[in-house]
Amino acid sequence: MHKLEDNRAWLLVVPVFALVAFNAVIPLMTVVNYSLQDIFGPGQRVFIGVEWFREVLRDLTIQASFLRQVAFSALVLAIQIPLGIAIALLLPRVGWKSSLAIILIAIPLLVPFNVVGTIWQVYARPDIGFLGRGVNAIGIDYNYTASAVSAWITLLLMDTWHWTPLVILLAFAGLCSIPEPYYQAARIDGASRWAVFRHIELPKLRGVLTIAILLRFMDSFMIYTEPFVVTGGGPGSSTTFLSVRLVNMAVGQFDLGPAAAFSLIYFLVILLFSYVFYTILKMNEGEP
Amino acid sequence: MAEITISGLRHSYDGDLSDPSRLALKGIDHVWRDGGAYALLGPSGCGKSSMLNIISGLIRPTAGRILFDGRDVTDLRPEERNIAQVFQFPVLYDTMTVQENLAFPLRNRKIAPAAIARRVAEVAEMLDLGPLLKRRASRLGAAEKQKISLGRGLVREDVAAILFDEPLTVIDPQVKFDLRRKLKLVHETLKLTLVYVTHDQSEALTFADQVVVMSDGEVVQAGTPEELYERPAHAFVGRFIGSPGMNFLPCRFEEGEIRFTGGRLSAPGLRRLAGQEGLSLGLRPQALQPATAPTGVEAEMMGLEDRGHYRIADVAMGAVRLKMRLAEGVTAPQGRFPVAFRPASTLVFAGDRLVGDLADAQA
Amino acid sequence: MDADRRGHPILFRGGAGVIRLENLGRSVDGAMHLEGIDLTLSPGINVLLGRTHAGKTSLLRVLAGLDRPTAGTVTQEGQDLTALPLSKRNVAFVYQQFVNYPAFSVRDNIAAPLRRKGLARDEIARRVADVARRARIEPLLDRLPAQLSGGQQQRLAIARALAKDAPLMLFDEPLVNLDYKLREGLREELRGLFHDGQTVVYATTEPEEALQMGGTTIVMHEGRVLQTGPAHSVYRNPASVTVAEIFSEPPMNVVAARAQDGRLTLGDLTLPLPDHAPAGLMGCRVGLQPHRISRSPGPIRLEGETLLAEVDGSSTFAHFRAGGQPWIARLDGVHSLPIGAPFTGFADPADLYFFAEDGTLLAPARGALHG
Repeated sequence: MHKLEDNRAWLLVVPVFALVAFNAVIPLMTVVNYSLQDIFGPGQRVFIGVEWFREVLRDLTIQASFLRQVAFSALVLAIQIPLGIAIALLLPRVGWKSSLAIILIAIPLLVPFNVVGTIWQVYARPDIGFLGRGVNAIGIDYNYTASAVSAWITLLLMDTWHWTPLVILLAFAGLCSIPEPYYQAARIDGASRWAVFRHIELPKLRGVLTIAILLRFMDSFMIYTEPFVVTGGGPGSSTTFLSVRLVNMAVGQFDLGPAAAFSLIYFLVILLFSYVFYTILKMNEGEP
Repeated sequence: MAEITISGLRHSYDGDLSDPSRLALKGIDHVWRDGGAYALLGPSGCGKSSMLNIISGLIRPTAGRILFDGRDVTDLRPEERNIAQVFQFPVLYDTMTVQENLAFPLRNRKIAPAAIARRVAEVAEMLDLGPLLKRRASRLGAAEKQKISLGRGLVREDVAAILFDEPLTVIDPQVKFDLRRKLKLVHETLKLTLVYVTHDQSEALTFADQVVVMSDGEVVQAGTPEELYERPAHAFVGRFIGSPGMNFLPCRFEEGEIRFTGGRLSAPGLRRLAGQEGLSLGLRPQALQPATAPTGVEAEMMGLEDRGHYRIADVAMGAVRLKMRLAEGVTAPQGRFPVAFRPASTLVFAGDRLVGDLADAQA
Repeated sequence: MDADRRGHPILFRGGAGVIRLENLGRSVDGAMHLEGIDLTLSPGINVLLGRTHAGKTSLLRVLAGLDRPTAGTVTQEGQDLTALPLSKRNVAFVYQQFVNYPAFSVRDNIAAPLRRKGLARDEIARRVADVARRARIEPLLDRLPAQLSGGQQQRLAIARALAKDAPLMLFDEPLVNLDYKLREGLREELRGLFHDGQTVVYATTEPEEALQMGGTTIVMHEGRVLQTGPAHSVYRNPASVTVAEIFSEPPMNVVAARAQDGRLTLGDLTLPLPDHAPAGLMGCRVGLQPHRISRSPGPIRLEGETLLAEVDGSSTFAHFRAGGQPWIARLDGVHSLPIGAPFTGFADPADLYFFAEDGTLLAPARGALHG
């Protein structure tokens, strides 16, 4: 469609540019600045080039955190996307039942991150938590402070509880926008339920699923608050994800230079992954 | 292929049949003959879409039966009825090629791959889709897409009828000719029962051999395009078909004459209408002409619209305004002038129903 | 120039006067939308007639100030308004889509442009009532647009435009999305809704609509203006084959022909050269309006078979093939002609149009001159 042409419109965009410059570009440049210098104290700094980058990339604990992070995000996507779609498919599409279901499902999204962590920290405790005690009572040895497997299961469960609703909502909106004739045509063509899903629903959901996958990837790849609250990165370093490791480095050890280099690499990795996802999902798209 | 019989059909979306004025369909009996090309014509809200969905099985009627070749299918689901449907907007499987789209209904019915390939090739040939078979369906133009939708119906050799729901809405005017011709040729070749639902009289009259006109949940007339135009059985059909629609002139029958404000016409043959209320004359704009002799009914010229090779005159006759069509070469009268009625095209309606014309009344 | 209460100049107060477009062009990313348009729009009805993508909408948008031309000027009574933005022009625009404020009642929709002008309350009420009566939506004043039918929604959009009482009223195929019968009804009323001094520019693809609206017809094709003139004179004397095809429903029959030794040859058909054929004619193209082919005998006999019969309103377009050539006849009334059935049409040589091989009109049909 044509749009109204008026060059003064650019003036309206200036505040946004200023804001973005202030809250994104300037801090980012500071980080770049730190990442290239060794700072001993106020006024004492030495330019050292890409030394910190080299150090971060060679750091075995960071490499381990990276692999852990990739595994975590992969599991999150593998669980939450299909689960979200499946639940969305089961929801009623119209009527008060539909509205009620949507409201109930959206509740976890309204809980702040650190509260989610605190809730699950208590809920899953083997001594006093409802979940922890229950699971142990049926004879399964479960303790997220002692067992790496338990810790991972706890974090995945918590994240799934917290964020699958987002996937459900997106998928549900996508499903609701499919015109009725598609379903009618499929019935007339004698398509099975699976064929309807495979050839109508899934292709029509591609757009919203692209958004869901990107959002869930980025969020899970940057997860910090929940493991920090629930497991503190343990037991051992089994849940020390990249963010946790980064904060330890920057705040705990106050290694600003390497932490800055780490942040930049982290940022670029997320950008790269997101781009790859986006490209794959947009490839061979149905619409011309 | 099948003959579709509808009997005693009534439908209400809340399932309550007690209040006839609120019914979507108010008692319909109709037979769609095997191999006929039908149009179901009416304005929005007349019940034609409900009727379509009842035939295809997407809606179960509140009362009444539907028979395919005498077999009761009222309780069968759409996939069990062997009905195909082409929708207003092309409905395709975006991820599939044209070929896969055409094969889809057959694959779902577990037909042998060799038979599928043969049938798809035949249908593609018939619809000129051959060169496009390997293309992704989603990348084609609207006309091709509608052909594919049609093709998905045609591949099934057991198909009882194909239903069309305003299928040419999204087609550019320049391409409509091709698609209309293709549809007709397919019908002549395969002799399928086709039902074409539309609000557009031109679509209906162009497509169909038989047009079923619906208004307010009822069938008001079923007939050939010529019949609907020349002898509308109901005033609604007269107004709805033709452009401009039919004029109606309220009248009464007295002493062997049709009388109306400002004029009278001799009609001894219509004696049976004496004293009846709600009579009117139905006149197509070309049924009225300026009279050569001053014996006609007096009228007054109110306005004239040039439409190229003809003109439409706005004529006042008493308190009634009528549209009169003037051919090229006919001089437009001015002020008050006498009007002649063409007897064979002067229809008489009683309570909106056609009861005769002036030609047989005068004979 | 006048000014409103915020100090903006208001153009087109009172009447729009004469609007002149000179050598107007507009291209977007290298694609030409309008080219070399020289046009004078006078108060009254001006119809832009052309197929889709002929540049009608682009021209309306330039007139409204929604787009700025990339070449040429727009002047009004000598005043240059090429660069004047929409907010400073007093124009009303009715679109194909039914554009209304969804949360406003019909009454408030109509009142919206009047409130913006800062009119007094009772003046607004008076004008709303007047416009609602003219647009025949009086009983619907308290409804919301979503509770209206398509025809009523478009009536509301037209009412809002009328309420604005703008000297320049732009219509972009306002009836195209309406049902057949609604379109027919609104068409008849539209012409009577404007007052003297208002300049109406009305875009349509339909020849019949152009004839019915009357006034000046501007035939557009591929971003250019092909011909301008009173509707009926353009209809009867099209300057070229393209105009004839655009301004005829169905399009005029045009076939290649040769004149030699007092005879005219069209494909397999030979007839005496009609009197009105231009002198010294050789190779040419001959046009025959579809309604000039009839089934009652005449001097030219076109015998062949039916390709398709299309019904349009009260007439039937009979497509048939005769003499190795596709023809279209426009017959009065509704007729069913099966595909492949024999069809014989007749025509009169006096009805032939003669065009040069490049499409320019050489001689109109004889009846056209004094029609």
